[in-house]
Amino acid sequence: MSAVLSMRNVGVSFRTADAAQPAPAVDGVSLDIHRGEIFGIVGESGSGKSTLANAVMGLLPPNALVSGSIRVNDREVVGLSDDALRSMRGDEVSMIFQDPTASLDPTWPVGDQIAETIRAHYPVNARDAKARAIALMGEVGIADAAARYGDVPHRFSGGQRQRIVIAAALANNPQLLVADEPTTALDVTIQAQVLQLIDRLRRDHGTTVLLITHDLGVVSMVSDRVGVMYGGRLLETAATRELFANPSHPYTRALLAANPAGAPRGTRLPVIPAAWNIESLREAELLRAAAGAVND
Amino acid sequence: MTETASTPIAGGKIESHRHSPKRLMLVGGGILVLLALIAIAAPLIAPHDPEAVEVHRVLGAPSLQHPFGSDVLGRDVLSRVIYALRASLMVSVSAVLASLILAVPLGLAAGYFGRWVDSTISRTLDLILVFPAMLLAVTFIAILGPGSVIAAIAIAVIYLPILARVMRTSTLIVSRNDYIAGSRARGASHLRVLATHVAPNAFGPVIVQASVLSAFALQLEAGLSFLGLGTQPPTPSLGGMLADGREVLIQAPWVEIFPGLAIVVAVLGFTFLGEGLRRAFDPRGVAE
Amino acid sequence: MTELLRVEHLRKSYATALPWGRKPPPALNDVSVVVERGKTLGLVGESGSGKSTLGRCILGLTRPDSGAVIFDGVEVQALSGRALAAFRRRVQPVFQDPFGSLDPRWPVGRSVRESLDCFGIGTPADRERRVLDLFDRVGLNPALAGRLPTHLSGGQRQRVGIAAALASEPELIIADEPVSALDMSVQAQILNLLMDLQQDLGVASIFITHDLGVVEHVSDNIAVMYRGSIVEMGETEAVMNHPQHDYTRTLLAAIPRPR
Repeated sequence: MSAVLSMRNVGVSFRTADAAQPAPAVDGVSLDIHRGEIFGIVGESGSGKSTLANAVMGLLPPNALVSGSIRVNDREVVGLSDDALRSMRGDEVSMIFQDPTASLDPTWPVGDQIAETIRAHYPVNARDAKARAIALMGEVGIADAAARYGDVPHRFSGGQRQRIVIAAALANNPQLLVADEPTTALDVTIQAQVLQLIDRLRRDHGTTVLLITHDLGVVSMVSDRVGVMYGGRLLETAATRELFANPSHPYTRALLAANPAGAPRGTRLPVIPAAWNIESLREAELLRAAAGAVND
Repeated sequence: MTETASTPIAGGKIESHRHSPKRLMLVGGGILVLLALIAIAAPLIAPHDPEAVEVHRVLGAPSLQHPFGSDVLGRDVLSRVIYALRASLMVSVSAVLASLILAVPLGLAAGYFGRWVDSTISRTLDLILVFPAMLLAVTFIAILGPGSVIAAIAIAVIYLPILARVMRTSTLIVSRNDYIAGSRARGASHLRVLATHVAPNAFGPVIVQASVLSAFALQLEAGLSFLGLGTQPPTPSLGGMLADGREVLIQAPWVEIFPGLAIVVAVLGFTFLGEGLRRAFDPRGVAE
Repeated sequence: MTELLRVEHLRKSYATALPWGRKPPPALNDVSVVVERGKTLGLVGESGSGKSTLGRCILGLTRPDSGAVIFDGVEVQALSGRALAAFRRRVQPVFQDPFGSLDPRWPVGRSVRESLDCFGIGTPADRERRVLDLFDRVGLNPALAGRLPTHLSGGQRQRVGIAAALASEPELIIADEPVSALDMSVQAQILNLLMDLQQDLGVASIFITHDLGVVEHVSDNIAVMYRGSIVEMGETEAVMNHPQHDYTRTLLAAIPRPR
């Protein structure tokens, strides 16, 4: 099996005006994701999971410093020019985000937005592009797709909008789909449907998916393997079932134990120890900032 | 939940360094403080009586004694510019302040209480917006007669709906926060919620807007005085001086140039201040 | 078991933007619930189910179109002036967003003190002391009382929100998604705090959430809301293990669990 996405010792840090030695947001991450696999990355806020996703897409701001190697289909992404990145984003990888409204133009018919993406990648005429867009809308589960082709985004519910964003992301037949918190803004029942959709697309098209989420439940539902991130580092990777049954890292164990869904009713939940507690770190940081302000 | 939000901010920080809001505010504020000082201290610093006619100095070129020259009646242009600045700033600033005093409570009430309070206030104020500003001012003065007080009132009325609308919008945004509902639940009366939570948090955009509108107010006042509808001669006003200088533009350009420059500098001051304030206090862009 | 709150046949519709527009479904459609003293009612539903509107109606922040909210035997809509203030003292909210629930310009200690000031509880010196006690009670360093919300972490802010709700010694807390904006590690701490407070102070609560895992953990009873109506209500075990309504079953099936 060849790896569609392969990372070796990836590090990302952000230059800021005030810090001489920028703290890394991502630090020494190595992993391989194979064809047709759904790989979930879980982490709390500040774990670096979204930064990692943006590094794969080449979507980091200009002050980001990326080190190590990120290869998509054996092509190095780190150090690629903006033009090359843009063409890579169009041809091989697509990304979907938490907020589907932000990815859609509110004044444009959704069908045209999908057709536009298709025409940007394939030399097809307007009619074929429209037919393909309707087919895609049908495939992601928009009922009566031909009739809804001309509707603007706000005529759709949040779940349907996310489906449309997924349809647009599939327009170029990407080999890798990066999904950053794709269901966080959705209701639970809708979330389940969208996750099933992602799972089905993977089975039908062999699309490889990098799924970024804070929700252990979400990764458990669809991922084949899971990586747990904390403080910019990938603490462990394991097959999903294995990770939930036998978490090897103490942070993963603490995270699983803190989930109220598994604990007996009304009992105190085990709290993540201070060393792994993102909150304690943040409070310490705020304290340092306050002390610094006093010294100034 | 995601950390993406922090990254673009880190990126933007470096880019926006050149025109930092602080610097804009300092420059704009500095200009305005200087102009205000000049206006306040006019009787002390003006070298001559602005209304003293000197026949032998008619259209005199700038000299050491009269650095800005003298006008058709031989009056010292520098002294007149100083006094005119005083009159113009007085009219524009008091007009905007008067407008603010009415607009803030109206906008607060409309945005906070909503429903019929909102529609009554908003629709009434919309009536004013229907007319172009200058037309409204001229109509106003046609009814009440020319003069600087009337001009100030006209400008205040013109700006009332704009400022009230900005205040209403920012009140709407602030009112949606849970701390407003929470404050009600913690026993605060509507008046108390408005005074302690809503007004302080909703104030930024309207201050920005007021600063920007002051620049326009200054121009509007100059325009009215130019047409002879604002400040009445012999009291010097920047617009009135422009009107005087127009006829002698070729022979004695200084009569026209210096009051014109004063307008430009004052308008720039308000605009810089407004833009700086906008970036600092109105990141959402509520003010227009 | 004594009844603290009874909601009867509550109805509420929001006006549409245009008078001739299509009428939206009512936010609340004949909703009735009961909360017993010291117990927790979990109110579960997805966005637009009306669960937050119900919370606001009980708090007296939104006026229902019809129906009654009866707190400790007294109908809340009929209250005004002093009696309304007395009721407000006894029912307090905790909100979801730890950013939006605290005034960004107020030091957090002042937010906690707000209800003491408004209800006129104690002398100013008493209030000062009580604020520090409350900080202690919710596990916050009292030295943080002078800080602005932006200088606190999300979990700390939520603790401040809880302290503000406890200040007037309420008998019922309406918590609207109090942990959904928090990271997992923080969520556990806040849930523990809420359960401790309930045990120590005997406060009843309505816990509004979309998260069945959370609600199952903290509630004595569960009410499931769907499109403005309560479709199922009962003891937590019964609802979770033997759901009667189709929607409840769909909701339970949608909970992400390891395959």
